[in-house]
Order: sequence, then structure tokens, then C-alpha cells
Amino acid sequence: MEFPVELFINALIAGILLGGFYAAVTVGISISFGILDIVNIAHPAFIILGSYIAYIANQRLGLDPILTSILVLPLFYYLGSLIYQVYYLSFEKRGQEALRGLAFFFGLLFVTEVLLILVFGVDYRYVQAGYIDTTLRFAFFDLPMRMVVPFIISMVLLAGLQWFLSKTFTGRAIMAVAQDQLALSLMAADPIRIKRIAFAISIATAAIAGALLIIIQPVEPSVGREYIGRVFAICVLGGMGSIPGMIIAAMLLGIVESITSTFYGPSWAPAVAFGFLLITLAVRPAGLLGR
Amino acid sequence: MSTLTVLFRQMTFALAFLAAMFTAGSAMAADPIKIGLSMALTGGLAGNGKAALLAIQMWADDVNAKGGLLGRKVQIVHYDDQSNPSTVPSLYTKLIDLDKVDLVVSPYGTNLIAPAMPVVMQKGMTMMSLFGVGVNKQFDYDRYFQIMPLGVDSGYAIPNAFFEVVKAMNPMPKTVAITGADAEFGKISTDAARDIAKKMGLKIVYDRSYPPASVDFAPIARAIQSANPEVVFIAGYPIDSVGLFRAINEVGLKAKLVGGGSAGPQFAAVKAQLGPMLNNALGYETYVPSEKMNFPGIQDFLKRYQDKAAAQGIDPLGFYVPPFIYAAMEIVGQAVEKTKSLDQKALAKTMHENSFPTIVGDIRFAKNGEWTQPRMLMVQYKGIEGNGVDQFRDPARYTVLYPPAFKSGDVIVPYR
Amino acid sequence: MRTWQFFLISLAIALAGFFAARLYQNDYLFFAGYVVLQFIVMATAWNILGGYCGYVNFGSAAFFAMGAYTTVVMTKLPAFANRHLPEGLAEIVTAITPPSMPVLIILGGVVAGLVGLGTGYLTLRLRGVFFAIATLALAVVLQTLIVNWDFVGGSRGAYVIRPATTAWLNINYIEYLFLVMLILVVVALTTARAIERSRLGYGFATIRDDEMAAEACGVPTLRLKLVATTLSGAFMGMAGAPFPYYIGYLEPSSAFGLAYAVNAIAMPMIGGTTSWVGPLVGAVLLGTLQQLATVTISSAVSLLIVGLLLVFFVIIAPNGLIGLFNDFFRRKKPEADEARGAVVKPS
Repeated sequence: MEFPVELFINALIAGILLGGFYAAVTVGISISFGILDIVNIAHPAFIILGSYIAYIANQRLGLDPILTSILVLPLFYYLGSLIYQVYYLSFEKRGQEALRGLAFFFGLLFVTEVLLILVFGVDYRYVQAGYIDTTLRFAFFDLPMRMVVPFIISMVLLAGLQWFLSKTFTGRAIMAVAQDQLALSLMAADPIRIKRIAFAISIATAAIAGALLIIIQPVEPSVGREYIGRVFAICVLGGMGSIPGMIIAAMLLGIVESITSTFYGPSWAPAVAFGFLLITLAVRPAGLLGR
Repeated sequence: MSTLTVLFRQMTFALAFLAAMFTAGSAMAADPIKIGLSMALTGGLAGNGKAALLAIQMWADDVNAKGGLLGRKVQIVHYDDQSNPSTVPSLYTKLIDLDKVDLVVSPYGTNLIAPAMPVVMQKGMTMMSLFGVGVNKQFDYDRYFQIMPLGVDSGYAIPNAFFEVVKAMNPMPKTVAITGADAEFGKISTDAARDIAKKMGLKIVYDRSYPPASVDFAPIARAIQSANPEVVFIAGYPIDSVGLFRAINEVGLKAKLVGGGSAGPQFAAVKAQLGPMLNNALGYETYVPSEKMNFPGIQDFLKRYQDKAAAQGIDPLGFYVPPFIYAAMEIVGQAVEKTKSLDQKALAKTMHENSFPTIVGDIRFAKNGEWTQPRMLMVQYKGIEGNGVDQFRDPARYTVLYPPAFKSGDVIVPYR
Repeated sequence: MRTWQFFLISLAIALAGFFAARLYQNDYLFFAGYVVLQFIVMATAWNILGGYCGYVNFGSAAFFAMGAYTTVVMTKLPAFANRHLPEGLAEIVTAITPPSMPVLIILGGVVAGLVGLGTGYLTLRLRGVFFAIATLALAVVLQTLIVNWDFVGGSRGAYVIRPATTAWLNINYIEYLFLVMLILVVVALTTARAIERSRLGYGFATIRDDEMAAEACGVPTLRLKLVATTLSGAFMGMAGAPFPYYIGYLEPSSAFGLAYAVNAIAMPMIGGTTSWVGPLVGAVLLGTLQQLATVTISSAVSLLIVGLLLVFFVIIAPNGLIGLFNDFFRRKKPEADEARGAVVKPS
């Protein structure tokens, strides 16, 4: 196929928008896995949970999905802190987090998914909001609001988190916990409390990511599985705990997928994206911006 | 204390659990005619599976209300195959060997029917098959019968209906884009579409498949747009059909005809979700509310189905799958009554030799177990406003373009 | 007990079990049993890398699928040869393909073992979770390759018709598959047990406990890791090789199904990862439970049980059922522990 510039620019824009959404989905993993070393593979299941809550509120009360997700943030925060408490007592305290912790989240992923199936069935659910069906057009490119709105929300969320992590005391403590727990406790900050807060925040982001997901595509309980690979890929590519690195990685993955789909055929998009990850891992395990 | 007590508690629980299971399996009377099947009640195909099971149970209730078959009540024995093909061989063995069912019906869909075939063939059972495409092409089993109205050359029915519409256009389009999901149904349909398009002398300007789990379909829609086809044939699954149609609208794809082969628009939820995006799109259907399709009994069935479906949270319209499943069971029942026995060979013979009146019309099977004639409808949707489900009960929303026997209007171009 | 003694004894038990099962005259036992046996091999294979070396493989399904697709390739070869190869060559190919089941299993093992070796090389520098994620990515890449490979059916899937009976044993084909898988289970368990008791096993254990320290002490960690990824991959491939004959119709989404990856991890975890008994116990327990749950209660609930069991076990019994068992006996005989210098944790 020839290489029209317009098509290329459109593919690039689509990739960036998609990448923005991927970043929102990944940020929770960046905190839990990248900073805290907690391999929360159940994260996508919590995102789907967020989607379903947005769906119910939209269906019953006509609430905007993003508004709903902000309203339920505290709920997810407490859910996260509860899960961390269990995780800490059962695994971290005993020094068994690596293998057992992984299995624990694997089980959690299953349980959440199956509970959603039992409650909602496996039909695809979707939300309605004014902006979902509108598209902005400029000259030769077009911006579907369905992708633009999640992109903007995602950027706001990420900017907010980045500010929190680098400027506030708690945020800095969270970053420090990843490096040296002992030093942190010498500074009179309880590392467990800090980790609990950080993990709770990571789960809270799932509420927002869930709302964005259901704006972009219809959702059924096992859709989350599609994201497990992607989010970890992005997190690792970005160099673990670094949020700017993660955003770059998410955009890259989005752009790679989008360009491959446009020019080479969509069926190769996953192989190209994950092949990219494999090569990065093999050549530069620390990721693009290693911490 | 803790771990040990917990272990014991667990073990007693497990034992009680196992005991309960074994007794549950053996306490069945030999009297009723047992019909066995596995159905996707969880997993990806569960939406259709639940609707199909409801139709099967409605049939069993109807038959039992009239006194059963051969004077015996009918009992449905079913398991959940979780939409997972690897559960199917053992489930059908259990149905036939342990539950001693008298008749088997297939699971829903090609992926799950195929693994049941070797078992069913080995046991010599006659099988009514539910919505499988081209399964018997591989097995060539003379006791296989399939209810979806695809006709002898089953993979070609849907693309063929689409291209018949293209052929009838004046002037006839010269370029076509073909795209579909990278999975069994999408692949069979796009392969057939490619073949037909070549034979018609159409120029294929875009021909690529996509993974069903794609998130953003805009790149595909744009690539198609830049190839500038006159008609676009799409063969996807529900979720990606929604994504692709949405992207096509967002990108502002200009083509005369769009759609044709997607599994998706048949279902009420997808119809509602697409809403006005469906206007002027083409889709295949097995049944639409139309004067020409008013077969005896179908209105009554749909009304009863819809009452029950609302309560169970499954497809509220039920045009696509349920009437045909009910018809499949009607055929099984009629064949048993005609044969006056449950002998599998005799049953297969009866089913091959007779025509069966059902709520979806008279059905006759060809040698390979498919309908003798395909009856897939190619429909153009129109006049859809908003995302309500109820508007799709209105016959005016559908123009049947093909086959000629059910044609209800002329094609409208362009799509946008 | 010596390895060969163990092998013979377990083989004898397995064969006795097989003939006892035949007495029942009930195919369901073989169909359901096959699935459980297949999971024993998968769990044991996963444990060689995951339990002994501490490297978590998320991509077990990909290795399983490699075995299965090797078989598909073999069954597709005769038709291909007749169409595309010169006559003499075609005759040779059709004469040797598709080979008999034991050969297919070996081929599947070789292919998946090579993929395992490749994975090992690719991930030489990766530890812990990074390795796990690399295996996840590898599974996606391999699945995409298969989906786009028309020769093995691509996304359309491939039909593999199994014969009703076998020529040389004159038993029902499913009984044959069951028997083959049973022998594979014995081989896998013997191998796992032999590894545990050999220098290889101690080497693996040093990697699991502290790879840096092991390397510093002169343990050839890289080479050991390659051995583990190869062996583990090979057994998964062998478990997958007969699968197309079992299922009759193979398509990528079922060959790469999440169930294999989940079960391959959950089963050793529930049974216990430190010895060969763990995966065996876990697979028998969880596999049987799943089979029973499928035919008795709604399967969404059965999946829920698997998930809850997994969560429950990793919290309550960190060393699996085997760990619980050991704890139980250790508490009875504290003097034995003292003799060995073990520390009894207060509870």
C-alpha cells in the first residue's frame, strides 16, 4: 500500500489518543507493580468493576460515567486498602509475596470476573453520553470525542498523580518506599501505612479507567483479560515506577498498534506490539526510562 | 490451631460436596425420553446459549403439555460447556454413556459443535445441530442435521446474499473492501466473499482481517477509506462490529453499501447500541417481522419467548436464534413421532426423507444435513432513531433485499 | 528409592489403574480422566521452572499450543505433499506422516522444548516478574503467528479426525489417548522427582533462593535456567501433542486458552511447589473438582470455586496441601525437627 501523509497523520493521532487511554489503564499498575513491587494482575478486573458501576449509574440514574467514577473513588480507595491489608498480613509479612502473592491476585482476578458474570451475565454493556457519538473534524483529520474525552481525563489524572507523587509528603514517601523502607521508617513514616495508601490509590484509579473503558468500547466481564498483557507491557516498557516513562510507553504502544493496523494489517498489531516489548526486555530490561 | 482445623473443615466440606454430586447424578427415573445437550451458559457465547436453552425448554414444556412423545414425557438433560470446546467431548460422553440420553442435540456454534462430532459419531447418535457453519464438510456424517438456514454450501450463504444485492445494483459497483475478525466465522465468511467477488469480476481494494479484541477500529476504517471502495463487506463478531461501525461513522467513510456479514446486528443489544449508525447498513438476519415471514405459530412463540426473556435478562427480541432452535426441536419431536421409535438410524432416515413444518416454515434437509435451499435474509435497516429496543419490533425498520421470495423493497445508496 | 525403581513402580500403578478403569466400560471416565491427566503433566512441567527455579511462567498455554500445533502440522502434511511436492518426495512424506502418537508426542516435546530454549535465551537477563511478563508477551506473539498461518488453519481452525480405534492395541481411541497420557504422567513425575534428587535440582534450588549468591558461588545459573525452560516447555508441548485428537477441532483461541495458564499455576500452588507430589495432588484435586463441578453445578460457580480455593490456599496454606501435611507431622515429632535443626514457627 502506498504511504499517504494524511493517513499517516491520522494514524498517529489515533495512536496517541489510544495511548492516552492505555496510560490511564496502566497507571494503577505503575503504582502497585512499578513502585510497590506488588504484582496486581487483578487490576484489569477492578477496571471492569469500575466499568460496571459506571454502567449501572448511567442506566438507572442517567449519570455521566466519568462523574460516577469520581463519586466512587473513595469506595475503590477503601477496597484497595482492604486488599492491601490482606496482602500484607498474608504475604509480605511472611516474606512470601513473590510467588504466593501472584497466585493470590490471580485468584482475585478470577473471583471478581466470575462474580461479575453471576451478577450481570456475559452480555456486552455500554453507556450513553452526549459526546460519545460526536466527532470533531478539522481539515483532513477527525477527532472522535469517544477517544478524545478519555484522553483528556487520562492526562488530567496522570498530571494530578505526578504532582502528588513529586510534591506532597505522602507522595514522596511513596516514591521513597520503593527505594528504601528502612530509611523511610527512620524518618518516622510507617512504610506499611504508606504502601497501603499507595495501593489504595492504585485501585482508585481503576474506577476512572473503568469509566473511560466503557466510554470507548462495550464491556463484558472477561474483557479485562485483553488488558493484562498490555498494561504490564506498558509498565515495563516505561521503566516501572516512572509515570512520564509510562506515558511515553503507552503512547508508543498505541502508535505502533495504530500504524500497524493502518498500513500493514490489523491482525499483526498484537504481535508487533508485544514483539516490541520482548525485544525491549531482552535488550534493555530496565525499560525506556529506567528508574 | 488454625491451619489444621481449617484443613479438616475443608476436607469435610469437600467430602460432603463430592457425596452430594454422586447422589445427584444417579437419582433419575428411566421413564421419560431424555434429550441431552451441552450449552454455553457462561463464557463468550452465553448470550446465545441462554436464549437457545430457553427455546429448548419452552419446546419441552409445550410437548409435555400435550402428553409428550410416544406417550412418554420429555426431559432435557443439559450441562454448561462454558463456551469452552475442550469441555465438550467429555460432556457428550457423559450424556450418552452415563446419563443414557435417548437423543442428543448439539451445543451452540461451530467451535463447540465440532468437538462433539467424534463422540456422537462413535456412538452412532443422530444429532440436531444448532448454528454451526460447515462442520459436516469435515466429518461427512449422515446423521447430522443443521438448523441455521445456510443451505448446502453453508459458508457461502451470507456473503452470497450480500453480493447478490451488489449484483442487482445499477450501475454495478466495481470495487470492494473485505474485512473480518480473525476467528472461525469471520474467516469462513471473508474467504467466501473473496471468492465470490473474484468470480463477479470485482476489484478487491482492501482485504485484511483484524483481531477480535482490537480496541480502536479507526485505523481500519481509515485504511478502508483510503482504498476508496464502492462497497464494504464486513464479517465480524458483536463487539468488534460495534467498534467498526462506530469507527466508520467517525471517520466518515463514504461507500455505497456497508456491512453484510457481521454477527452482531441480529441481537437486540447490538441493534440498540448501534442505533442510527445502522441506518442504510446491510446485515444478515434469519427472521424479521414481516408479512412474508408470518409462518404459523411464530408470533405466538415470540410473544411467549419475549415475556420470559425479559425476566431472564436475555435477548429481548429473540428474532435470530430462538425460533430456529425451537424449530430444530420441533423437527426432532416430529421425527420421533413419525419413526415411532428412538432408533438412531431410523430417525436419521426419517429426517432425510421428510419435510417438516415448523414455526420458521417448512424445512427439508439435503444429503449433508443442511437446508436444501439457503434462506439467509440480506436486510437493509432504515428509519432508526435513538437507541431504543422497541423500534426494532416494527417491520418498517427492515427492508429485505434478498432472497427474492421475501423481498420487501429496494436498496438505498449510499450508506452515508 | 532409585529413579528407575520409582519409574517402574509408578508405571505399574498407572497400568493397574488403567485396567481397573477399563473394567467399568465407561468412556466418560476416560474423557474426564484424560483432562485431569493432561493437567498433571502441565502442572508438573510448570513446577519444574516455577517451583524449583522460582521463575513464573504465565505463557504455559503457548507451550501447550506448540505441541498441539506440531500435531496439526503433521496431520496436514500428507495432503500438502500430494499437492505441492514432486512425486517421489510426496510418497515418502505420506508414508511417514502423520506419525503414531508416541512420535507425535516426542515431536511436540521437541518443538515446545526449542521454544522453551529460545525463551530462556531471550530472557536470560530477566528475573522475577519481568520473566513472567515476557512469557505473557511470548504467548501473544506465538498466538498471532498461528492465527496468521494458513497452513494450520489460521483463525479458521483445523479439523483433526481421530480414528475410532487404534490399529495395534485394538482398544477404543479415547482409551488409547488416556493410556498415552497416563504414561506421559509417569514420565513427567519421574523426571521431576529425579531432578529434585540430583545436582540439577540443588542447582535449581539455589537459583530460586538467591540467584546472585548462587552465581557468585560458581553455580552455572544461566545454563541451569536454560535446562529448566527447555524441560518445562518440552513437557507442556508433550501434554499438548495429543490434544488435537482429543478435541477433533483445534482453533487458536482454544489452544491458547487462559484455562491452561491459570490451571498450570493454580494446581502446583494449591498442591505445593517444593516437591513433585504437590503438582500431582493439586492437579488431581482441582482437575477432578472442575470436572465434577461442570456436570453438577453451574460452571460460573465452579470457576468461582477455583478462584476462591486459590485465594484461600495461598493465604491459609502458603506451602500448599503438601506443606500442610508436613506441618501436621512435624508438630507431632518436634524432636525430629530439632535433630535436623529446623525452626518451628510459633503459630
